[in-house]
Formats: sequence, C-alpha cells, structure tokens
Amino acid sequence: MSKFKKKKKGQPAISTASLPDIVFMLLFFFMVTTTMRETDLVIKKPVLPTASEVKKLEHKSLVSTIYIGKSRDARISGDKIQVNDKIIDVKDIPNFIFAERALRKEEEVKYMTTSIKADKEASVGTILDIKEQLRDINALKISFSTTRGSDLTSNY
Amino acid sequence: MARRENSEINAGSMADIAFLLLIFFLVTTTMDVDSGIARKLPEKSDQPVEDVIVKEKNVLDITVNRKNQLLVENEFVQVTDIKRLAMEFIDNGGGISAPKDGKPGEPCDYCNGEQDPLSSDHPTKAIISLQSDRGTTYGMYVSIQNEIEAAYNELRNKLALKKYQRSYKDLLSDYKDSGKESIKEKIKFLKDSYPQIISEPEPIK
Repeated sequence: MSKFKKKKKGQPAISTASLPDIVFMLLFFFMVTTTMRETDLVIKKPVLPTASEVKKLEHKSLVSTIYIGKSRDARISGDKIQVNDKIIDVKDIPNFIFAERALRKEEEVKYMTTSIKADKEASVGTILDIKEQLRDINALKISFSTTRGSDLTSNY
Repeated sequence: MARRENSEINAGSMADIAFLLLIFFLVTTTMDVDSGIARKLPEKSDQPVEDVIVKEKNVLDITVNRKNQLLVENEFVQVTDIKRLAMEFIDNGGGISAPKDGKPGEPCDYCNGEQDPLSSDHPTKAIISLQSDRGTTYGMYVSIQNEIEAAYNELRNKLALKKYQRSYKDLLSDYKDSGKESIKEKIKFLKDSYPQIISEPEPIK
C-alpha cells in the first residue's frame, strides 16, 4: 500500500564519459613535449661526471652534441668521438659544426652551443683537441655536460 | 527495401585507443634537460698577439698530472681545497686594479681578503691558470672547472648579498623571469667585479 515507496538511493556510478577527453588531453601534452631520440649511440654510453655549478642549456634546438666515450668493442682502446650516429675523427668536427650551422637560420648561429657529453674516464687530451677545433671555426660557446650533484668524489 | 538504420559508432573503445597512444608517448618521451658547465672559448685572431706580461703573483697555477694529482702553487692539494684556495687568491685585493679608461687603478673596496702583498692585486687582475696533462681524466678536469666556477659564484654571491640583499642565483633567476634592464646591470656589475679569467695553456704531452 505504500504508494510512496521509499526510493532506493544507491550510489550513482561515476560518469566515465569524460575519461577519453582527459586521456586525450594528456596524450596531446606528451605528443607535444616528446622529443624522439635522434641519435643512437654507437659508442659505449658515456658516464657523465657530476658537478654542482651547472647551468641548464637553453634553446634545445640550437645545441649540437658531441659524444665521447669508449668503443663498444673492449679490444679497441682510446676515446671515440661520435656525432649523428657515426664515429668521426677530431679533424672532422669542423665539418660537423658547419653542417649543423647550415641547418639553422643565419641569425641564430651565434647562439649555437656545442654540448660535450664525455665519459668521465675520457682523457683531457681528446677534449682539448676538440676545443681547439671548435676555436678554429669560431664555435665558442661550449658546455661540458654533467649530471647535477654535490658529491664530486665519484669523478676521479 | 530494408533500410538499415544508421546506428551510432560505439565510442566506448575510444578511451582504450587513447590510452594506448598515451602509454606509447609516455614511454618514448625524454624529459631530461641537458645541463652542464658553460664555458666560452677564447677567440682566435689572425694577428699574432703580443705577449702580455703578467706578474707571477697575479696568477694562480693549478697543475694536474696524468695520475690526477694536483699542484696548486707548487703545493700538493686535494680537489676539495681548490675552491678555498681560489677564493683566497681572487679576493685577496693586495694592490690596485689595472688602469681603465684613462683612470688610475683603484684598490679593491669590496674584497674581504687578507691583502697579502704576495697574492693577487685585484680580482680583475687575478688569473687562474689550469695546466692539465693529456692523460688526465675528464672527470677530474670537470671537477676542477666546477670548483673554480664555485669559487667565483660564491664571491659574486657574497658581494650581491652585501650590495643588493639578494643572492647572485636569485638575481640570475629574476632576470630570466622578468628580463628587467636594472637586474641585468646588477649582474653585469657583479660579473665585472669578479671576472672569470681562466687560462688553459697547452697540455703536457
């Protein structure tokens, strides 16, 4: 006889209709921020030294990276220099920088930075040779790539 | 003719597809920012440069050999000592600065050093010379560079706190956020007060 039956009030299900929207938003965010790894390392992955006084590299598009490390083959000794997927000689570094410059606008060239990602076991001689080559062609802005940290004892 | 109703496309699996793509981009994305010690190489000029004569007391000699052993002013030291030694050397202020724009040199009025006559005259005259060996490891080299950088940063920081009640680091980030000319002037003043003069002679073979 209960005409006014108590309506059973269950918890209404949370609407998942907006879930795709949220996911798409995240998706677009990651699509925009993602940078596909352009270079595959042919040399052994360099273990970067640690430093505390680091500066972030601005303008990622204006950075050309030089990798220095040991060869994957343990029998080959000495430091190997890699740019853009291939191992090169110190003398070829100017060519690499010229090629990088050709890809940029002319007014941006002076802001270009060379980032040196070298293994902490690499020898300073190689680094100084590269610096000399870069000086020759007026690529004066360089950055020694490091990981941030205050404990330097792992460096040496 | 039986006309089929245009049924709506089921959008229920849309989320799944989006998730799949999302996970793909999440995995491939690299958010790491490249950071490091920034250095500016000296320019190369065509004309042969005249040798500049610098008093020996204005040069802090740092030598590192192929066994990663360090000599500072002919004394055997550890990497961790470099910052202190460099700061003492730069901030000494024992003499007068180089004459600039026709004005005679002035004594350093912001230095807190000991004014030892045997150490550097003025921060603008103090040169740090880093002589390395070809066989030194890169890790050691970067550590030394880092310590020198740290010494300059701390000196600039001290002066910034005294003069502008703001740390050097804060000033730099302020300038980055606002780009104000007045902050740029301050940073320039600090950099001019403690200019980084690092000389790297040819490595020992």
